[in-house]
Amino acid sequence: MIASLAPRAFSVFERNVFVYRRQWLIIVTGFFEPLFFLLGIGYGVGGVIGTIPYGGADVPYAAFVAPALLASAAMNGAIFDSTFNIFYKLKYGKVYDAILSTPVGVGDLAVGELLWSNLRGVIYATAFLIVMLALGLVASPLALLTPLAVIFIGFSFGAAGFAITTHMRSWKDFDFLFIILTPLFLFSATFYPVEIYPGALRWIVELSPLTRGTHLVRSLCFGDLNWLMLVDIAYLSAISFIGYRHAVRRLGVLLLK
Amino acid sequence: MGMTNSASEPTALIRAQGLTKVFGARSAVDGIDFEVRDGEFFGFLGPNGAGKTTTMRMIAGVSPRSAGTLEIFDMDPDLHGSEIRGQIGVVHQQETLDMELTVLENLLVFGRFFGMDRASIATRAAELLELFQLSDRAKDQVEPLSGGMKRRLSIARSLIASPRILMLDEPTTGLDPQARHLLWDALQRLKRGGTTIVLTTHYMDEAEQLCDRLVVMDQAKIVAEGSPRQLIVEHASREVLELRFPNGTESIDTKVLEGIGDRYERLAERVIVGCENGEAAHARALEHGLDPESWLVRRSSLEDVFLRLTGRTLDE
Ligand SMILES: Nc1ncnc2c1ncn2[C@@H]1O[C@H](COP(=O)(O)OP(=O)(O)O)[C@@H](O)[C@H]1O
Ligand SMILES: [Mg+2]
Repeated sequence: MIASLAPRAFSVFERNVFVYRRQWLIIVTGFFEPLFFLLGIGYGVGGVIGTIPYGGADVPYAAFVAPALLASAAMNGAIFDSTFNIFYKLKYGKVYDAILSTPVGVGDLAVGELLWSNLRGVIYATAFLIVMLALGLVASPLALLTPLAVIFIGFSFGAAGFAITTHMRSWKDFDFLFIILTPLFLFSATFYPVEIYPGALRWIVELSPLTRGTHLVRSLCFGDLNWLMLVDIAYLSAISFIGYRHAVRRLGVLLLK
Repeated sequence: MGMTNSASEPTALIRAQGLTKVFGARSAVDGIDFEVRDGEFFGFLGPNGAGKTTTMRMIAGVSPRSAGTLEIFDMDPDLHGSEIRGQIGVVHQQETLDMELTVLENLLVFGRFFGMDRASIATRAAELLELFQLSDRAKDQVEPLSGGMKRRLSIARSLIASPRILMLDEPTTGLDPQARHLLWDALQRLKRGGTTIVLTTHYMDEAEQLCDRLVVMDQAKIVAEGSPRQLIVEHASREVLELRFPNGTESIDTKVLEGIGDRYERLAERVIVGCENGEAAHARALEHGLDPESWLVRRSSLEDVFLRLTGRTLDE
């Protein structure tokens, strides 16, 4: 479908498929991190506290944490590719110069790379969903929609990561990325409900894209359709759009001198 | 943006007028005019920094021009870059091969960038690998290939979509003589097949061997234009006498040098004299009391044209 809608962008995506056909092991490793968190925190902490109040009922802690880990898996997949890999290509490989000497333009290039980084997020999320199903952590059949829902997460983090990467000068700048990502992962309503935060702090956390993504996924996993999910989608889409536009503009500055 | 193609006059595929590129306060290309015609082998000859690469980038629509007009297939590259690039093949001065892919995959992926279907790509890729003697390396990684092989692969890759124009930016820089001649042969074969070729070089022998027509660029400007033969006839004398003075040429009397031939250039350790007859000029030099360590007579080349026009040698 994408191949016929945006063939040039898709050809950039295809290039990555070629590259990673031989490096699939690298992709697989990214799946284990959320799994370890699920076992360590979901079942470990869950074993101590048992249940947690969610949506007016008490739910098993592991079932509460799992959707958030699924959302962060999608985030990690997209971020990893749109930062490290794109920085490498911008800085060292001359691949982009070659690509831009063909009909492919900077917009196609950005879309193609984002499609790819998103695929990675979707793969992690899907694999994690299967684990959740196997462990009986899914309360509603709506959970089967999560691989689609994480596309919004993948695009927003992929595009934001891409945009930020175009400003990075050296590998050292990646330290800043982790200064942002670690608290984002820990504090975005991942391990406890967002209501725990007092006043203004809560609203800051509500604005975290991962909080929105987690809300979207968690609502699906518990079969709790609500209007706020539309806000989640709109918010993540807006970040995707702004990040994409900025990344394209920066690619122009860097590559089309 | 259709292609107009009048049968009467030779079609200009590329047309530039007053083409200019400014980086900050510096002009990299300063108001150049040129035309590349269908089927010809066209060259930009000039030293490093002359503005060759910048010109090539503007043609490919990956560097917006600062002023002037530029048309490729009657289209403006700043507006129709994609369509234009669909019909040109670009070989960059620096290696831009995809090191994460194999030799064959480099071609396959590139065909997709041009929107070709997989079956045509596979056929064309096999053809090109054969043509550039890379078939037995198809499944290998790119990194370990020799410089000459990499360059051949770059050219093969740029030809995947059978472009009307092939643009080569200093394709033989850094290659050994044998690899260079192999490449020249391949390019001449392509030209005979009807591909229009645009090449930049700072090797005058390369320009002389390959180009039907060329422009000589220096410091962002075009200083001469024509076929290699025309340029030599117009800007250089028939023969050249080179006198070598390892101890320097500063002390030699200008009056003496003026008397030897039609014109002369004084370089650090050489004096180059343009003349009708080199042997006779050498005899005059000895009469005037010059005592060169060694001397030689040769026919004029593009090197002499450049020297005459700019007062410098190409590799300075
Ligand atoms: N991106 C750039 N920014 C600033 N100056 C540039 C840039 N690209 C080229 N130049 C300058 O423009 C001039 C022409 O460069 P170039 O076109 O690469 O010459 P050539 O290919 O003939 O060696 C040089 O002085 C070079 O330093
Ligand atoms: Mg150059």
